[in-house]
Amino acid sequence: MQKTYYDPADLRKFGKITEWSEELGNKFFEYYGKVFEEGALTAREKSLIALAVAHTEQCPYCIDAYTKDGLQRGVTKEEMMEAIHVGAAIKSGATLVHGVQMMNKVNKLDG
Amino acid sequence: MTKVKTQSLHKRESTLAQSKRQLEILSNGIFQNGELPTFAKKIGETNQFPLKAKKLEILQINVGYMCNQVCEHCHVDAGPDRKEIMTKETMQQCLEVIKNTGAHTLDLTGGAPEMNPNFRWFVEEASKAGIIDFIVRSNLTIIRANKKYYDLPEFFKKHNVHVVSSMPHWTRGKTDKQRGEGVFDMSIKALQELNAVGYGMPDSGLRLDLVYNPSGAFLPGDQMAMEKDFKKALMEDFGIQFHNLFAITNLPISRFLDYLIASENYEDYMYQLVEAYNPAAVANVMCTNTISVSWDGFLYDCDFNQMLELPVNSKVKHISEYNEELLEGRNIVISQHCYGCTAGAGSSCQGSVA
Ligand code: SF4
Ligand code: SF4
Repeated sequence: MQKTYYDPADLRKFGKITEWSEELGNKFFEYYGKVFEEGALTAREKSLIALAVAHTEQCPYCIDAYTKDGLQRGVTKEEMMEAIHVGAAIKSGATLVHGVQMMNKVNKLDG
Repeated sequence: MTKVKTQSLHKRESTLAQSKRQLEILSNGIFQNGELPTFAKKIGETNQFPLKAKKLEILQINVGYMCNQVCEHCHVDAGPDRKEIMTKETMQQCLEVIKNTGAHTLDLTGGAPEMNPNFRWFVEEASKAGIIDFIVRSNLTIIRANKKYYDLPEFFKKHNVHVVSSMPHWTRGKTDKQRGEGVFDMSIKALQELNAVGYGMPDSGLRLDLVYNPSGAFLPGDQMAMEKDFKKALMEDFGIQFHNLFAITNLPISRFLDYLIASENYEDYMYQLVEAYNPAAVANVMCTNTISVSWDGFLYDCDFNQMLELPVNSKVKHISEYNEELLEGRNIVISQHCYGCTAGAGSSCQGSVA
């Protein structure tokens, strides 16, 4: 039996998801490919966004994939770390901003 | 001064210094057990096996494996300790060929070709042959390594040499990690000196191109996007200009293979290469229009095969018996390292091919 939930080698098998649902799988990959093409944003900018989101989603496959993608595009480790901080700041900000909801509720119930 | 990071595999007496051992590794494991297809099988899928040489366009001559640097990923296993240097006699034989070849490009490489004691004489003679594009692959630091090399930019200019130089990144940290401490600063200085005599300027006929190869176990990004980033950074930070950037994939041989194995990246890297296989790149891999001549005058399909000691599959084996018609149409000698030439947009000494 497989001992861990995540196996790095599984990333290589990602494409196989089309085997059990060809149409949807193909549509997804077509969409995915299109999203990362050079557009109003450069492919390099998109790669850094993907890296930050990979961290906030805490997806080990995406972290591996977009770290490597960044290296391929000449992205430096300083740029990568700054991008992750952006993700982390939004995550923590999103947590803290809900503090206002807590404050509202306290004020209503016990104000 | 630059500080060399390591020693050549030859100096370290590593088993990987032997081409036989490298070829074994490239044929065993994941390629033997069928996990990944061999290169022959893969190109067979699109009826491109055997790969055949077309008309010769590029004559590449390796004038010796000696180098002032010992870059971590060098496919030549070059370094100051390598004593394989082309003699004047072999150069004479090359000159005969250069005068009569139909090739439009002559490409001198090494090691650091400038360290061959007869380099300047050879360039002077070769430049008289009327070859359209005469390339010297200069590692840049050699220009600043010793006073006797300081005038190289002028010398190149005098002979209208096309300078092609390596630059792994536009940042100091990444460049020095791969090529040795101090290499970045010296390379920048050398580029500024090349610019000063006219090399790399927008309308200049003095061509200066840079070669980018990744600093680790990953493939190069899109050549045009990388060129844009390099140009912007080198201009903003140092006022440096150059013409084109060639993005080259590291082939899994020699010191790069050693690095892949030591860092436990070998299998992943081979997977990356195979996954990025692009059948459209196969038709233009450089062995189809190139002959590579080694320091001792033997002929190979490319510089990589030279390092793997895989000679041309032809009756003509040596520059002394050179015959372009007989070499045309020969079957190219391949192994799994060839996947490095067909990944993504493809890779050659002139960069992307597809
Ligand atoms: S990569 Fe070039 S500069 Fe570096 S050691 Fe090899 S031949 Fe010399
Ligand atoms: S490694 Fe050499 S022989 Fe193999 S495909 Fe590349 S150029 Fe051709």
